[in-house]
Amino acid sequence: MTAPVQTRTKFTELSARERAAALLDHGTFRELIGPFERLESPHLEPQGVVPACDDGVVVARGDLDGERAVVLAVEGLFQGGGIGEVSGAKIAGPLELALRDAERGHPIRPVLLLETGGIRLQEANLGLLALAEVHAAIVALCRHVPVVGVVAGLVGCFGGMAIAAGLCSHLVMTREGRLGLNGPQVIEQEAGVAELDSEDRRLIWGTIGGEQRTATGVADALVEDDVAKVAEAVRAAFAAGPPAEHRSAQVGRYEARLAEIDTSEPLDGSALRALWGDGEDDR
Amino acid sequence: METLSFDYPASQPVSRRAHVGVVGSGDLEVLLEPSLEEQAHVTVRTSADGFGEVWQAVLDRFFARNDLAAAIEINDAGATPGTVALRLAQAVEESRS
Repeated sequence: MTAPVQTRTKFTELSARERAAALLDHGTFRELIGPFERLESPHLEPQGVVPACDDGVVVARGDLDGERAVVLAVEGLFQGGGIGEVSGAKIAGPLELALRDAERGHPIRPVLLLETGGIRLQEANLGLLALAEVHAAIVALCRHVPVVGVVAGLVGCFGGMAIAAGLCSHLVMTREGRLGLNGPQVIEQEAGVAELDSEDRRLIWGTIGGEQRTATGVADALVEDDVAKVAEAVRAAFAAGPPAEHRSAQVGRYEARLAEIDTSEPLDGSALRALWGDGEDDR
Repeated sequence: METLSFDYPASQPVSRRAHVGVVGSGDLEVLLEPSLEEQAHVTVRTSADGFGEVWQAVLDRFFARNDLAAAIEINDAGATPGTVALRLAQAVEESRS
C-alpha cells in the first residue's frame, strides 16, 4: 500500500492511517496487517455491530529521522477508538516485537497515536487482557528506547489506554486533546452533575485538556494541532532520549503530590496547577 | 445490523485494489478488489436496517456508470446515499491511480 496524499495540515482532521503516514519520514509509510488482511473483530457482528476491516488500529512501519520506526495509530472514529481483542493485539504485538528487536540490539522507535475511550465494551474482558499486554510491553520497552505517545484529539484518551499514555516515556498533547482515567460523561453519570458537568467545556478542558496536563507535568509537550508541529515534537522526543526517570517509576513523588491535596476542599484546574507547579518538569 | 448482497454483470478488469473511508458515524469504508469472474459482487454490512432498496438504487446507478469487474465490500455506519456514492467514486479513482 502507498501512503495517502497529504494536503491538509490539521493533525486531528486526519484518519489514523493518514496520521501514521504523515508522521513518518516522507515515502517510508508501509502498513502491516492492512485492511485487505481483514483482521477484524469476530465479536462485533454477533452483537449487531458493523466491524471494520482493520479493527480500528493501523500498524505502520517506516522511518523517523532515518531511524526504523513503528507507529500504532488508533482510529477514534471507529467505535470511539475502543480497544478489543484484535485491535489490542495489533498494539501489543508490535510493541512486543519492538522489545525483542531492542533486546537484540536493533532498537526501533515506537509511537502510539491514542484516540480512544479505552476498552471496547462489547469485548470487555478480552479488551482488558489486551490492555494488560499493552501496558506490560510499554514498561518493558521503555527500558530500551523511548516510547512516545500522542494524544491529539478529538476523542482524547481514556480508561486503560490513559494508563498506557501515562506509561509512555514522553507524551505529546494538543490543546484539543484530553487525557483522563474516566471520561467526563462517565463521571457525570456515576457521581452526578453536581460533581462534574460534562457539558461544561471550559471546566473539562481546564481539568483534563492538553494545556492543563502539560502544565501539571502529566504530559511533556503541548503542540499546535498541526501535522508538522506534532511530527516535530515526536522527533524531538526521540532525539532527547529516555527521561532520567520514567513517570511510572516515580511512585514516591506522585504519592507525595496526592498527599498535598486537601480533599475536603473543592479543587479546580488552577488550584492544581498552583500545587503541582506550572510547567514544572524536573524528571 | 443487516448484511446485503448484490451482483452486476461486468467486463472491465480492476487494475488495483483500493480501501477508502472509515467505519465512523455517518461514514463507511469501501474495500474494492479485482473480481475473479466477469461479474461485480457487492457485500454490504450496514448498521441501519431496512434500507435494502436504497442500497439497490445507489449501486444500480454506480454500475450503470462504471463497468467494473470488482469485488466490493462495504462496512457502513449509517452513511447517506450521497456519501456512499462519493466513497464508491473515490475507491474507483484510487484503484486507477
